[in-house]
Amino acid sequence: MSDTLSGLLTIGVLVVALVVVHVPLGNWMAKVFTDERHWRPERIFYRLARVDPSSEQGWRSYALAVLAFSAVSIVFLFLLIALQGVLPLARGAAMHLDTALNTAVSFVTNTNWQSYAGESGASPVVQTMGLTVQNFVSAAVGLAVAIALVRGLARSGSATIGNFWVDLVRGVIRVLLPIAVVSAVMLMLGGVISNLSEPTTITTVSGGHQVIQGGLVASQEAIKELGTNGGGYFNANSAHPFENPNYLTNLLEIFLILVIPFSLPRTYGVLVGDRRQGFAVAGLMAALWGIMVTVITWSEVHAAAGPIGAMEGKEVRFGPWASSLFAASTTGTSTGAVDSMHESYSALGGGGALFSMLLGEISPGGVGTGLYGALLIAILTVFISGLMVGRTPEILGKSIGRREITLTALALLVMPALVLVFTGIGLVLPTVRAQMFASGPHGLTEVMYAYTSASNNNGSAFAGFSADAPYTNLTLALCMLLGRFVPIVLVLGLAGSLVAQRRRPGTAGTLPTHSPTFVGLLVGIALVVTGLTFFPALALGPLAEALS
Amino acid sequence: MILVTSFLKQSVAGLRALLVLTVVLGILYPALVWGLGQAVGRNQAAGSLVTVNGSVVGSSLIGQDWKGERWFHSRPSASDYTGDVSGGSNLGPGADLDHAVAERAQQAGIHVQGSPADALTTSGSGLDPHITPENAAAQVGRAAAARGLTPSDVHRLVAEHTQGRALGFLGEPRVNVLELNLALQGLTTAAAG
Repeated sequence: MSDTLSGLLTIGVLVVALVVVHVPLGNWMAKVFTDERHWRPERIFYRLARVDPSSEQGWRSYALAVLAFSAVSIVFLFLLIALQGVLPLARGAAMHLDTALNTAVSFVTNTNWQSYAGESGASPVVQTMGLTVQNFVSAAVGLAVAIALVRGLARSGSATIGNFWVDLVRGVIRVLLPIAVVSAVMLMLGGVISNLSEPTTITTVSGGHQVIQGGLVASQEAIKELGTNGGGYFNANSAHPFENPNYLTNLLEIFLILVIPFSLPRTYGVLVGDRRQGFAVAGLMAALWGIMVTVITWSEVHAAAGPIGAMEGKEVRFGPWASSLFAASTTGTSTGAVDSMHESYSALGGGGALFSMLLGEISPGGVGTGLYGALLIAILTVFISGLMVGRTPEILGKSIGRREITLTALALLVMPALVLVFTGIGLVLPTVRAQMFASGPHGLTEVMYAYTSASNNNGSAFAGFSADAPYTNLTLALCMLLGRFVPIVLVLGLAGSLVAQRRRPGTAGTLPTHSPTFVGLLVGIALVVTGLTFFPALALGPLAEALS
Repeated sequence: MILVTSFLKQSVAGLRALLVLTVVLGILYPALVWGLGQAVGRNQAAGSLVTVNGSVVGSSLIGQDWKGERWFHSRPSASDYTGDVSGGSNLGPGADLDHAVAERAQQAGIHVQGSPADALTTSGSGLDPHITPENAAAQVGRAAAARGLTPSDVHRLVAEHTQGRALGFLGEPRVNVLELNLALQGLTTAAAG
């Protein structure tokens, strides 16, 4: 069978699996976040944490809880990493303090940018009690914020948007944990390791020596993909055979990356009582994902026909097709796991991965972050359409006034501002230029990719860039913090302002937000906004490289 | 002031919540998955180790460095298959990569023109356990001559160790180098015996 047909059929299997699963999973998540009853383990949790699950919060209180929980998480994880040398099972793992701070911020913000190498930087205690825990809860925080925004649209004339602690715990207990356990076992049966062995040196058949790594990898690998986190147990991430041993685990990992983001539009549709609204959002996500898969795959397969092919940085068991599919999915979801090295991609392949992040992580975006990012684009689209036809813009009977559009625009502008300002500063600093691995346009792309990855909470890298230095560790940490929490506070503010409005009945003049035309408008707005914002920078980086 | 008090109050709740979640997600969950692994997939959980005469000689998932004419060679690696680190070269398309490829070809004693791409490039992990069937076929002559075997026997061995696409379309055709070399050694012993 030809590579093309095999590749297309593989994509087909993935799409069918997502289409089948998104209905029950989307319905389930809608039920989870509206259920009146608390499960017994949840009640134990509320008692131990001493929070009142029956009281609802206004947006300010909800936002404060998100920020407080995340701040405590950063301090806890930082201390765990800084003190790993004196904790059990240290095995010589160590990080500088700036690296430790970068890592703590990185995992709490769901970025999982890694300035350290997993083999030498993090002890088993840090990997399981620190990083695995944040893989769960950072995803649950994103999910909670998305649900809070949906409540803003679904409820009418209310003062509250839910209870953060309830949303957090339910996201963990009822959504993430069951899927993680099942998929961890599946990954393990495929060959992902799960043991407590120390790295062991063996003598090979031909008389050489090799270190065989150990670790509780399967449990971390499952939630790393499912929570759109992306931080690898090992430096090579999902290219490492112990994280991703074969084509089936690879396909399962891509599925796990995409499954919650592509199911959330269904949840949204169910919660607002109009499933067509969910289809429209899913349409936007799927169209952008399809475009990016096509661009990256085309570029890599085209390069594969060249004299040395496209196998630099790729594994034989994945080849150009499955590697490109992974690349488009991981950069479109704020995951950042990699099964091949993006820096070694062709100019448009690597540039496509970069563009996928620059879309603002809505193709289909991270757990929760993708849905609220896509809803921000929807609000921007009804506003622009409203201006064009001279009507008051509204979405689901809620009018988009000055306050709403200001919050939306600010939330959408945070990431581009961070990316362009910090890439610009980085490029004029001699110390950052010295950290670049490549020169010319490819070097520019390295720096831009790093700040794009951090500001979008993605975490993938053009890994030749030596990011583990104080200036880049601290500025990347700042980008991750601002790129995560400024939009979260603005989105919760938006939820608060929408939830207070009474829903107005639609009229003949209301712009329908579920039609194919509207999906076309959404895709157009997303591409035009990203294109206009980043064209000059992209022209100097990947486009210049592709044309040279 | 109210904001600060409220933030501190929420932080205390947050710390309690985090500690409880750390016990559940950081201890109980990995322990559960580890336990399930011991019950249903002990061999995989341990790293799919390959044993010869009672001692571990590698993992079927992790590529090795094979020196000398007598063995099938793995792909070039950015970390020489040491196993203590992992990762790729991160060389992007361009002069630096071309230069590296030329150097690798020279070391392997092959020509850039006409050689399979995977024989000239490093993998993402630096631990790729596989080569393509084309790459294996290109090495048959050398390995057979060095061992005094007939090329057709070695070709047959390569064919036996070539994994195709599952269901005809899933995965890439590939050859596991460690398994192939172990079989090759077995064939040599049999021929000598």
